[in-house]
Amino acid sequence: MKLMIIGATSAIAHEAARQFAADGAEFFLVGRDPDKLAAVQRDLDVRGAGRVVLHTLDLNDLAQHEALIAAAYDAMGALDAVLIAHGTLPDQARAQADVEATLEAFTTNALTYISLLTLLAGRFEQQRRGCIAVIASVAGDRGRGSNYVYGAAKGAVSLFASGLRARLSKAGVAVVTIKPGFVDTPMTAHLKKNPLFASPATVGRRIYVAMLKGEDVVYAPWFWRYIMWIIRLIPERVFKRLSL
Amino acid sequence: MTANGHRRAYQSWGRYPRVEQQNVRPVYWRNNDLDLARIDGPVLPYGLGRSYGDSCLNGGGTLLDTSPLNRFIAFDEEAGLLRCEAGVTLADILKLIVPRGWFLPTTPGTKFVTIGGAIANDVHGKNHHRAGTFGRHVTRFELLRSDGERLICSPDENADLFRATIGGLGLTGLILWAEIRVQRVAGPFIAKEQIRFGSIDEFFEISAESDERFEHTMAWVDCLATGKHLGRGLFMRGNYTWPKRIPRKAAEPRSLFTMPVQLPAFALNLATVKAFNSLYYRSQLTRRTFQTVPYDPFFYPLDAIQEWHRLYGAPGFLQYQFVVPYAQDRTAIKDILRQISQSGVVSFLAVLKVFGDVPSPGMLSFPRPGVTLALDFPFRGQRTLALLDRLDEIVRAHGGVLYPAKDARMSAENFQAFYPQWREFARHIDPKFSSSFWRRVTQTTHE
Repeated sequence: MKLMIIGATSAIAHEAARQFAADGAEFFLVGRDPDKLAAVQRDLDVRGAGRVVLHTLDLNDLAQHEALIAAAYDAMGALDAVLIAHGTLPDQARAQADVEATLEAFTTNALTYISLLTLLAGRFEQQRRGCIAVIASVAGDRGRGSNYVYGAAKGAVSLFASGLRARLSKAGVAVVTIKPGFVDTPMTAHLKKNPLFASPATVGRRIYVAMLKGEDVVYAPWFWRYIMWIIRLIPERVFKRLSL
Repeated sequence: MTANGHRRAYQSWGRYPRVEQQNVRPVYWRNNDLDLARIDGPVLPYGLGRSYGDSCLNGGGTLLDTSPLNRFIAFDEEAGLLRCEAGVTLADILKLIVPRGWFLPTTPGTKFVTIGGAIANDVHGKNHHRAGTFGRHVTRFELLRSDGERLICSPDENADLFRATIGGLGLTGLILWAEIRVQRVAGPFIAKEQIRFGSIDEFFEISAESDERFEHTMAWVDCLATGKHLGRGLFMRGNYTWPKRIPRKAAEPRSLFTMPVQLPAFALNLATVKAFNSLYYRSQLTRRTFQTVPYDPFFYPLDAIQEWHRLYGAPGFLQYQFVVPYAQDRTAIKDILRQISQSGVVSFLAVLKVFGDVPSPGMLSFPRPGVTLALDFPFRGQRTLALLDRLDEIVRAHGGVLYPAKDARMSAENFQAFYPQWREFARHIDPKFSSSFWRRVTQTTHE
């Protein structure tokens, strides 16, 4: 299995990668920080990975995406699966006061995904097999007053992936949308932990299974499907008064 | 807490004492700039919180949660050397190395400890008489000090700091990664023999006879038995093996269940424990049994019940482990067993083992030649504390010492008598590092 992971130093992506490494997968890892990428590489190597190729890139530089995908195909010869996992949790208060910050958060969490998916879709449509997985979020299921900048970006990813799934299913390519709830990672280090928080390992293992099976939309852990189902049912005129 | 570590509370395993406010700072990357000097108050590394008392707690200070440091770095199968980050657990290591024919050089009774914690407490196991402590198999590690210095420590390089950090209770700095020597084994199964013994003298005979031929030895003691039954129990010994037929259900070690709630504190009382002990002792009908078992139930019987400490209810429990030198060991052990059986205070688990004379590398290491007994006491307030104070005096009178990783209550005076080298050790402590335990036994208040 030849696997490209974009945002490979994310704790969730790394946990998913460990599962593939135990199967002897080969990796093309993309991240911003070369030291962190190297730490992930060595870990996967010990756990049984085949070749692990590293590529350092700031993904907000959209102009580089085409070259990135080309480099991945050059290095690996082919790709069986791609996991797109990078992201930031923007400071909502700051975003509200600063258009630049809002647009930057939207670029990182939505536009980069749309750009990468568009480039990958053509290749996968032609090869007529494989799997593209994206990490969206439960936050993308409904706009909340406290976190709608992040939510809107992740919602855009979900919606885009949904349409792409319909298109690529004709070519036998799976598009998997992962919607994690709260996960205990560096991204949420500043948040107060509650019993709904899951470990990156739990979510990573779920991603591995979902990608192997080519599932459609996966909530991780599973109970978020029901929490979000209820949250979506609340009428807007009630929802807008809740402080969520 | 689950095996791979999502944690909601930063307590110790005995859940006594409870420490109030502690800040937590997770450590995510070994090569990132981590400016310890900028954190307010004292800091202390925290792995999976399996120390029983307060040596892993830092009331009023900050815990450096090392569980995200869970990456492997290298596994040299030619030399049998494994390098990994400090938060990697023994369970993670076993999952990697057992299928490749290797095993840990020695292991404590739970695999849910981090390698950083195993070094900081210089843990020991059932093969101490052959392998010595965990620290014997540590070839080097990297230590981050609060002044930003990163030091590679090994028996040859920064040797004093190496010796101070092994068994150093996390006080000498933050271990970022470590390298250990792993062991080739005949197979991931244990050919196990279990022998019933009727008295403490019989225990010593079996133990002496076993150490030659068996890699692993230990015994369970019924510490409520009195009179001529004093010190009766079951002796377990075994060697690594590949059985001719693989026992069924031997595939993946799995946890049987999680203790869902705390039992009420009265669930473990004199009557229930007496009945359990008696039944357990009598459950073995013949004097000697033979069985081949997977490594997991042999080394980690309690890991099968996640959160087993909840058995003891809300007040928590105290562990008590001491070692006394060989020469006088029989009288000390007998004295202590007699005190316990007369006190009416219940000890549920009692584990007896003879340590070998392989020297421990750590300055403050607990294991030393002699016989060690580990006991569990549900916390019943003053009555429990008074009994343990009496036991301290017996241990001290016989030239023994207590195990800091299991302690929540020994006096500063006794600690300093048990570990007279503590002042020499203290010179290697990082000034930014401290723990609730250390402040208690050295009677200094930090800031």
